[in-house]
Amino acid sequence: MAEQFEPLVIGFTCNWCSYRAADSAGSGRLKYPPNIRLIRLMCSGRIDTTFVLKAFANGADAVLISGCHPGDCHYVEQNYKAQSRFLLMRRMLAQMGIEPQRLQLLWASAAEGTIFAAEVTRMVEEIRALGPLQWKTDGYVPSSVVGHPSGLQEVHA
Amino acid sequence: MVSVGNHPNINLMAYSEVTKVDGYVGNFTVTVRKKASYVDTEKCTGCGVCQDKCPKKVIDQAYEAGLGYRKAIYKSFAQAVPKYPVLDRENCTFFQKGTCKACEKFCEANAIDFKQEDKYMTFQVGNIILATGFDPFDARRIPQYGYGRLANVFTSMEFERLSSAGGPTGGKIVLRDGVTVPQSVGIVHCVGSRDKHYNNYCSSICCMQSLKFAHLVKEKTGATVYNFYMDIRAVFKDYDEFYQRVLEEGTLFVRGRVAEVTDAARLPGEEGKLIIQAEDTLIGKQRRIPVDMVILSAGLEPRRDAKEVGKLFGISCSAAGWYIERHPKLDPVATMTDGVLIAGCAQGPKDIPASVAQGAAAAARVAGKIQQKEIAIEPIRASIDKDRCSACRICNNQCPFKAINYIEATAEHRAYSEVNSALCQGCGTCVAACPSGAISGTVFSSQQILAQIGGLMLLNVDGNGHGARVEEKLEMVPA
Repeated sequence: MAEQFEPLVIGFTCNWCSYRAADSAGSGRLKYPPNIRLIRLMCSGRIDTTFVLKAFANGADAVLISGCHPGDCHYVEQNYKAQSRFLLMRRMLAQMGIEPQRLQLLWASAAEGTIFAAEVTRMVEEIRALGPLQWKTDGYVPSSVVGHPSGLQEVHA
Repeated sequence: MVSVGNHPNINLMAYSEVTKVDGYVGNFTVTVRKKASYVDTEKCTGCGVCQDKCPKKVIDQAYEAGLGYRKAIYKSFAQAVPKYPVLDRENCTFFQKGTCKACEKFCEANAIDFKQEDKYMTFQVGNIILATGFDPFDARRIPQYGYGRLANVFTSMEFERLSSAGGPTGGKIVLRDGVTVPQSVGIVHCVGSRDKHYNNYCSSICCMQSLKFAHLVKEKTGATVYNFYMDIRAVFKDYDEFYQRVLEEGTLFVRGRVAEVTDAARLPGEEGKLIIQAEDTLIGKQRRIPVDMVILSAGLEPRRDAKEVGKLFGISCSAAGWYIERHPKLDPVATMTDGVLIAGCAQGPKDIPASVAQGAAAAARVAGKIQQKEIAIEPIRASIDKDRCSACRICNNQCPFKAINYIEATAEHRAYSEVNSALCQGCGTCVAACPSGAISGTVFSSQQILAQIGGLMLLNVDGNGHGARVEEKLEMVPA
């Protein structure tokens, strides 16, 4: 069997909706690819650009941001802020040579386990077709930019 | 209701609405607008002479469901608490034309005050319970059922008034002409409920209500009664026994959602009748059943203004429009906002015993909170290191709970922003937004999440499920 490229996708999910959607996909025994690894946040509004950058910098081929549907955010309107940040980030990443498809946004409510599983499957296949992220990281990798402008360390990949 | 009105610890404010809520659990400041009723409640004795003498009759859309009249100055119903009437400005001859004033002339207590104005009051409370109820589904939205077009199609609310001894017909079940007693009645379940074109959910009360109607019609008129249903939801104590009794009384049940109510006769025996067309799914045939009267068991909907009211109090509505409880099974009366509770149909359609139980539950919760004097809150909160804060104020507007305060510079310190832990709900948006990295979020701090990202990447899995370590140094940035 030929060696297939297995993309690595990091998914940021919000505690109240999308994480529970993933949970309900699980309790429904729905299968979706193991290529995605989920990180639970309280709200999609918690997503910091540094998280996305660190994910790409450390070898992720794609990042998924997932939260409550517009109007349904557990914290009223923070998913709109997540959306604004997502749109800005896409543009910024494009400037760095990262294809826009590598950063995706998905709204999924707690009951939408099937939709979550289907979208993740679709996204993994899309990234598989796109190929691995060609972003050279030899030399300097920012381990954390939070609060420390001089937080650049030399890392051997 | 009378004991509520008389209780020394209860301040009953009728004809009023909340206009503003500030603060947080234990320290809410609520502003209420008491609308002008043009009756001085300090003087009014509730004698009712003003209502007797008022010459202006108005169709009572609220209590009489449009079937009866009230006056321009009126009490909702005879036993209303508080006992003071209200003057309906839009229908009052004095306010519209400048004449009359009969109520003022005849009032012996001198309680009519045409110059009265809305009053605004502010007070402190520690906890809030919202029990704002529901709105009935408007059956006009289903044109094929003919409500509003076909005279003898009634809604459940209208039928409640018809069958009530204190209602416009004195409890006699009659057609719109006010005289004819129906010989056959069709009762339609699930009007506007369990329907993806209107509301997907089950309104909970209509099956039992429809059975009640069937029983009343049988008892008062002996007419032939047909109930058109999808399922009979008779779930609580003695409910199914009542259903069995209605079956024994001879009510006929047709299992099928009604397709149409029409007056267009096609077959012999249908002239002058209302024909209910439905598929009888138990025999697999379409049926056209002619009746004299049709009752539509309309469902329950959230209040039209539920979303705005929810915003006032800092709580949200579900997709269907009902207020969201903290946990559907384990915490149905609390909300995600500490100090604001919900009870009754505001939380979802339910009947009287269930509403009473929720009301008692919410009251008990509040009583418990009052006892404790301190409250415990979740530790998932943001906090601002004021030495790192650059006072850019970007975070101030990020917070939907208004939990971030800006402290102006003084001689002792420079300006900075500060998070109120009681209001903060822990979403973390401000943590992400801070350009100085001055805000940290407990439990979901940036260091923790970055470490998780690093950890998730340690193992790469190939197509055959084999792992391979990716060498990487993880740096933990000191907090």
